[in-house]
Amino acid sequence: MPHELTPRNRWDPEMSQPTKSHVELRSGAYADSVALLQVSRDVAAIDGVLAAQVAMATPLNVDVLAGMGFDVPAASPNDMVVALRVHDDDALDRGLAAVQRSLAAAVRRPSGTTGDGALAPHRTTATALRSEPDALVLVSTPGTSAAVEAMDALDAGADVMLFSDNVPVAQEVALKRVAAERGLLVMGPDCGTAVVGGLGLGFANVVQPGPVGIVAASGTGCQQLLSLLDFAGVGVTSALGVGGRDLSAEVGGLATREALRRLDLDESVELIVLVSKPPAPEVAAEIEAYVASLGTPVELALLGPGRPDLTAATETVLRRLGREVPTWPVRVPGVSHLGGPGSLLHGLFVGGTNATEARLVVESLVGPEAVSSAGHTFTDFGDDAYTAGRAHPMIDPTIRLEHLARVADDRGTGVLLLDVVLGHGAEADPSSLLAPAIAQVPQPVVVALVGTAHDPQDRDRQAQQLAGAGAEVHLSNAGAARRAVELLRGGA
Amino acid sequence: MDTPTSVVTVGTDLLAGAVEAQAVPVTRVDWRPPMPGTEDDLVAVATDPRRADANARALAAMLAVQATLVDVAPASEVLGLERGQFLHAGPPIEWDRAAGPLRGALMGGAALEGLVDDPQDAVALFESGTSVSLEPCHHRDAVGPMAGVVTPSMWMWVLEDAATGRRTACTLNEGLGKVLRYGAYSPDVLTRLRWMGDVLGPLLQAAVRSAEQVDVTGILTQMLQMGDEAHNRNRAGTLMLLRDLAPAMVGAGEPDDVAEALRFVGGNDHFFLNLAMPACKLALDAARGIDASTMVVAMARNGTDFGIQVAGTGDEWFTGPAQLADGLYLGEYGPDDANPDIGDSAITETAGLGGFAMATAPAIVRFVGGSVPDALATTRRMHEITLGENPRWSVPVLEFQGTPTGIDVARVCRTGILPQINTGMAGKLAGVGQVGAGLVTPPAEIFPAALARLADLARTRTGAPA
Repeated sequence: MPHELTPRNRWDPEMSQPTKSHVELRSGAYADSVALLQVSRDVAAIDGVLAAQVAMATPLNVDVLAGMGFDVPAASPNDMVVALRVHDDDALDRGLAAVQRSLAAAVRRPSGTTGDGALAPHRTTATALRSEPDALVLVSTPGTSAAVEAMDALDAGADVMLFSDNVPVAQEVALKRVAAERGLLVMGPDCGTAVVGGLGLGFANVVQPGPVGIVAASGTGCQQLLSLLDFAGVGVTSALGVGGRDLSAEVGGLATREALRRLDLDESVELIVLVSKPPAPEVAAEIEAYVASLGTPVELALLGPGRPDLTAATETVLRRLGREVPTWPVRVPGVSHLGGPGSLLHGLFVGGTNATEARLVVESLVGPEAVSSAGHTFTDFGDDAYTAGRAHPMIDPTIRLEHLARVADDRGTGVLLLDVVLGHGAEADPSSLLAPAIAQVPQPVVVALVGTAHDPQDRDRQAQQLAGAGAEVHLSNAGAARRAVELLRGGA
Repeated sequence: MDTPTSVVTVGTDLLAGAVEAQAVPVTRVDWRPPMPGTEDDLVAVATDPRRADANARALAAMLAVQATLVDVAPASEVLGLERGQFLHAGPPIEWDRAAGPLRGALMGGAALEGLVDDPQDAVALFESGTSVSLEPCHHRDAVGPMAGVVTPSMWMWVLEDAATGRRTACTLNEGLGKVLRYGAYSPDVLTRLRWMGDVLGPLLQAAVRSAEQVDVTGILTQMLQMGDEAHNRNRAGTLMLLRDLAPAMVGAGEPDDVAEALRFVGGNDHFFLNLAMPACKLALDAARGIDASTMVVAMARNGTDFGIQVAGTGDEWFTGPAQLADGLYLGEYGPDDANPDIGDSAITETAGLGGFAMATAPAIVRFVGGSVPDALATTRRMHEITLGENPRWSVPVLEFQGTPTGIDVARVCRTGILPQINTGMAGKLAGVGQVGAGLVTPPAEIFPAALARLADLARTRTGAPA
C-alpha cells in the first residue's frame, strides 16, 4: 500500500486530476490515537480518496495536517479533525461514510468479561477495580490524565504500569511516594515494556521463562536485552519497567527499589539486571547500597559514555550465568545501495535507548566532538514531542517514514541507521511499509531489528523483507551502529 | 513474580488486546477526556495525600447516621424563626432574581403570616425588603421541597441523630397540584395550610410525642424494597409512617379531626418525602467540613440557580443556572409553562436516593418519561460517580447492590456523568402550581468550579505552584 503521507506520495498540485479538500472539526468526539490511526487508514483506502487523516487536534497533529496541505481552523486538543482530500464529491461522500463506519467500529468496544452486553463498561479505573480488585492496571491515556487513573490503582492497592508519556516529573514523584508507602509498584511513566510473571505488557517481546529478572528504566533497552538473551537461549521471568526518570535526583529511584525488592523475593530469579542511564550521583550510592543488601546478585547495565553498550552487558550476563556467548546475527542486504556523495550518518529511531546507545557507540568511534560538528543525527521519534495526541512510532510509523524520505532526498546523507522494534503491542507488520520506503533510499541502510523468535511479527520474516529491500539487518543495536560507521568510512 | 490474574486497561485498546492474546482476562475502562480544562485540577486533587482518607471518613460519617423522628412543632419553636423571616429552597437568592414559583410561595407565605391580607400586596413588601428577609433552608438545618418556603407558623418534622444529637427539620407535605411549594397561593391553598397548622400539626405532635420513636432511616430501607425511590415515589413510605403513627393519632384528638388527618395523609403519596429529605440532610451534614473531601453534601435549587456544597469546601455554594426538566406534563401544560428546576429535594439524590435509586422504582419510570432499562442503567451509571454504596439501602433488582452513595466532584469531572435527579416541575408563573414531572441534571459547570476550589486548597496546603 503506498503511504499517503510521505512527501513523494503526497498529492502533487501539478497533477492533472482535479482534487478537493474537506476539513471539519467535531467537538466532543473522542477516540484514542491508535483507533484513529486505523480510521485514517480505512478511509485512505477508499477509492477516490487521495489522503485522509482523522486525529485529535493536538498542536502536533495540526502540524502534520498542515504538512499534508490541509488548512485546519483554530481548534482545541479536545476536538476531532476529519480531513480528506478527494477526487470529487462522490468520493467525498464515500470517504465520509467510511469515516462514520470506521469510527463506529473503533468506539464499539467489546463488552466486559461478564458476557452481559447490557452492562455499560466502567468509566474510571477506580470503578473498574471494584469488580476486579486483584487486577494489575495498565494506563495508556493521554499524559495529562494518566496520574489520575494511576492514583485510582494505588488507592485500590493495585500495581500499575504507566505506558502514558507526557507525565510531569512532579506527578511521577507524587505517585511513586504513595506507592512506596504502600509497597506498590509504579512502572513508568513512559514505560513501554514490562514482563510480569511471564505476562508481556505494552511492547514486551515474547520470551521464555528463565533465570534472569530485569529492572529497566528504559523500554527499548529492556527489549534489546530480552532479544539478545532469547537468541542466546536464556529466558526471563519478569522484566519490570520503572520509567526513564526513576534514577534521577527528583525521583530518587523509588520504583527501582521496589522492583528490585520484588525480584529479590522471587526464588526463580538467579540474576537481576538493572538497565538504565547512569543514575544521578546522589541516587547512585543509595541504589548501590540497596543492591548490596539483596540476596540475589545484580548486574548493573548502565548505559553511558565510556561504559559498555547493552550488547556487551548482555555478554557479561551470559558469562555470569555460565552460558556461551553466541555470534549476534547479521543479515546482509539483498540489493546494494551504492550511496551518494553524502558523509552524514542519520539515525532515525523509534526506541529512545536505541538512539542513545547508537550515539554513544558512534561517539566512541569518531569522538563526541566529531559527531556534533559533522552534524550526524540520532532522532528518537518516540520522544514526547512526537507523540502528543499520536500513537507511539512503534504503532504509527507515519512521522518517521516522512522523515526517512526527506533525509534520503538530502544530498548530505551518507548512511541511514534505523531500528525496528517488535513485540506484543507493536505494529503488526512493520516491514510492509518500511521495506518499500527503504527500497527507494539511495544510501546504505543499517537496521537494528530488536525482537525474539516468537514475537507475533515473525522476526525472521521481517529481517528477510528488510534485507530484501537493501538494508543490512542486525539483532544488536550497538553492532548496527558500529557497522553504520564502517559504511560511512567507505567500508564494504 | 506471579502472573497477574486479571488486568484493568485504561487507554488504547491495542494494549488490552495484547494482554487478552496471552489468555489473561482484561477489563477495559471506557475512558474519555475529562470536562474541558479540569486536567490539572484533577491531578492536584488526586495527588492530595489527604483525599483518600478524607473521602473514606466523609462516606463513613454519612452512612453512620440514624435518623429518628423526635418531634413536630411550628418553625418559630423549632428554628426560632421570627415574623418577617422566610426560608426558601436552594442557594441564597434575593427577590429581584427569584423565579415565579418562589415568588408565589413567598407571597402566599406572607399572607399566611398575616403580613398582608392579599398575597398580591406582598410584592411591594418583598421589593422594599425592609421588613422581610430571605435565607436558605440549608443555612438553618432545614430542607424544603420545591420553593421550600418556611414561615414561623408552619409546622415542621424534627429528626435527630441519637448518637450526636444533631437535628434537621422540614415542613409537612401539602399534597400535589395547586400547593404553596409549587408557587400557588389561591385561597384554597392558604385554607389548607391553616388547617395543617391548626389541626394536623398538633395531632402529629401529640402522636409523635406519645408513640414509639419512628425510625425514618429504617422506613427508607424498607420502602426501597417496595418500589419507592423516596423522591418522586413515596407511597410505601407514607403508608408505613401511617402504620407507625395512626394508633397514637387516634387518641390524640376529636374523631372527625383524626379521620380527616388520616384521610389527608393516606391520600397524599408524597407525604413521606418531607421525612426522607431531612433524613438525607441529617446524614449528609455529618460529612460537612471534612477538609480535602471531594464529596458533595448538598445539591439544591431555588428556581433560578442550582447550587452544590462540598465536604471539603465549607459553606461555599457553587452555582449555575437551574435547568429545565425533561419529562411529562400534566393536562395541557407544555415545556413553555415550566419553570427551571427548583427545590431542596435533590438532597435525596445527594444521599443516593431518587434518581440514583431509580432502578428500584420501575412503577414510576413512565411518569418521569423513561423506561425500565433506562432506570437500571441510570442507577448503574451513578455508581461511576459515587464513592461507595449504602449497605442499608439496597436495590433487589440489582442483586441487592447498595444505592450509589457519596457523589465525588472529581469523578463527575472525569467522566462528564452528571447526577440524575427525578423532579417535579413547577409552573413558571407565580400562582400556577405543578405542571409536570421529569428528569433533570445540574448545570455541568458547577462541578469544575468546585473542583478548582478543592485543587487550590490542596495546592495551598502542599505548597505546590498554583
